[in-house]
Amino acid sequence: MNDFFTTSVYAGVVVSLLAYMLGVYLRKKFAIAILNPLLVSVVVTILVLVIGKVDYDIYYEGAKYISWFLTPATVCLAIPLYEQLTLLKKNLKAVIIGITSGVLASLLTVFLLSLLMGLSHKEYVTLLPKSITTAIGMGVSEELGGYVTITVAVIVITGVLGNILAEPVCKLFRITEPIAKGVAIGSSSHAIGTAKAMEMGEIEGAMSSLSIAVAGILTVIGASIFSKLL
Amino acid sequence: MKYLKQFFIILIISFIGEVLNIILPLPIPASIYGMVLLFVLLFTGILKLEDIKDAGKFLIEIMPIMFIPAGVGLMSSWGVLKPMLIPVSVITIVSLVMVMAFGGRVTQFVIKHSKQGGFTENE
Repeated sequence: MNDFFTTSVYAGVVVSLLAYMLGVYLRKKFAIAILNPLLVSVVVTILVLVIGKVDYDIYYEGAKYISWFLTPATVCLAIPLYEQLTLLKKNLKAVIIGITSGVLASLLTVFLLSLLMGLSHKEYVTLLPKSITTAIGMGVSEELGGYVTITVAVIVITGVLGNILAEPVCKLFRITEPIAKGVAIGSSSHAIGTAKAMEMGEIEGAMSSLSIAVAGILTVIGASIFSKLL
Repeated sequence: MKYLKQFFIILIISFIGEVLNIILPLPIPASIYGMVLLFVLLFTGILKLEDIKDAGKFLIEIMPIMFIPAGVGLMSSWGVLKPMLIPVSVITIVSLVMVMAFGGRVTQFVIKHSKQGGFTENE
């Protein structure tokens, strides 16, 4: 099936979108957190590629046009943020303290667990930027001498898991305030989590968007300090 | 024409973000520069919300699908991930839940706390 995918520009896009719509349908029908449309679409697309013996590179030739929209879409996250400006101004202190706590929690848990599991310095710095958006995280990992490909994979896994776990975790820890939910999601699982926050509500989405940028920048500074610990 | 104009503005901002990413020596991606820039343009009133809102909201709405290719890309990073699978899985899950819980709880605590403190000046 490689040949067919090579000649078709739309095959990758069509398979991805069909898989996503299947995910949306399944979630509507069964309403279980694990039936997350993003997860379903990723799993189904991988299955199609594996069964059809299509290489990822060939799939990506078409699918890259979907990814192309990512930068303009991320830019647009400023819109909900601007719409919630009054709310943001009113709660600025809480939001900044919250995001900083999230970043510290991320660096600290990675440090402690790496220490506990006896990871090497290189493996440790690979995981340090795991909670932030891919483009910043890649830069941090490279700068600190980590395995950049693993960093990217871990960031994507973190995002997808955050997208799935956002609602159950907020419920479990009784995080009910929309601003707090947004900060929790954005600082733990960047843009992929934010896609979920956006579905939960305007305020959640706006705060989550802000958290991507702030947590990303704080992690650049924090990771360079934490990298010296192990 | 309305959508074309709105999408064009968004693309120009993305492009400026890209330029900033290239000329500034910071590990900050084009999208984050663009997001900050758009926020500043809206904040200062140079751009009106109506200038970009429809196209922008559409892009945000379809955003989850833009992560599918990256997610599918995990199939090709399986090889590099395999030797570190156990530590990576444990750290990813534990740290994700910790960050979410801690970041969220702290934010919630500060909001409630400052609301009580500033009760008299509430609206």
